[in-house]
Amino acid sequence: MDSVSIVAMASIITAGICMGIGAIGPALGQGRSVQGALSSIAQQPDERNSLTRTLFVGLAMIESIAIYCFVISMILVFANPFWAYVIKKAGG
Amino acid sequence: MEVVAINQISPDQVIFFIWHFVTINATLVYTWAIMAILVIGSIAITRNLSPERAMTRWQNLMEVIVGTIRSEIRDIVREGEDSYFVFIGTLFLFILLSNLLSFVPGYVAPTSSLTTTAALSMLVFFAVPIYGITKQGIIEYLKEYFRPNFIFFPFHVMGELSRTLALAVRLFGNMMSHEKVIAILLAVTPLLFPVVMQVLGLLIGLIQAYIFVVLAMVYIASATQTHEDAEHKAKFHQTASETQQT
Repeated sequence: MDSVSIVAMASIITAGICMGIGAIGPALGQGRSVQGALSSIAQQPDERNSLTRTLFVGLAMIESIAIYCFVISMILVFANPFWAYVIKKAGG
Repeated sequence: MEVVAINQISPDQVIFFIWHFVTINATLVYTWAIMAILVIGSIAITRNLSPERAMTRWQNLMEVIVGTIRSEIRDIVREGEDSYFVFIGTLFLFILLSNLLSFVPGYVAPTSSLTTTAALSMLVFFAVPIYGITKQGIIEYLKEYFRPNFIFFPFHVMGELSRTLALAVRLFGNMMSHEKVIAILLAVTPLLFPVVMQVLGLLIGLIQAYIFVVLAMVYIASATQTHEDAEHKAKFHQTASETQQT
């Protein structure tokens, strides 16, 4: 196997693993925060507006962890910085 | 019509026009389009404002937008929302319009490019010390970095830098991922499902614009208000202990 296909295989597999493992933690966190917010809304329906606003901000901050993983896997697949180096080595 | 191909990660790579060192890409063109829409729209609406109850529907729309943004800012900072309103409102309208226009065919949201979101979060990065210094003076602002003691100085600096990065990557990642998901779904299930995802994209765009602005406002408020709050709390404790003594 030449070096180009090794880099391609490594980056694609790593992108999948990165996204898969990186989605576990935010999923658990979002589930817990929605659970907490729902039970709070059930207890105090009057505070629904501020609870919902805080919930959305918190959800976006939790979700951004998964988004970082997604950005890294997108960079690995579409804009891999090692491609130029390897292709230059292989071509030259 | 797909402007950004599936193997391109950002609209920066779509080049419309090139002349020597001047390169006009899709991000620039759509940013200018949004700026033109915002500027021309606001000038056209504010040309004939009326204080009467009978107003044009555009003035009604603008009053709703301005009132909502002001009340949201007031919920966070509690007082003096006028000084933040121009900056925060401009950020919100720009991000909101650039996210929501993504249902127009041939349009790519400029916020799905990392350069735009990095520029926006750099604005927030510089706005925090500017507001902090004008509100409480340069000495008091710099003291915040050494609170509770001087060991925390590097952590404060790292926090400022990492939250700026997080602000940029969050908006970029959400918008870019949404476009990529729609492009992949177009290849898999062509007709109905991408439409549903587009509708979801409107909600995502609105929430992301809201969250960017709320986080910027929270950062600015934390730079301008911590000392006032501490002073207020100390005064409150003092009066509480005085009342206890009497």
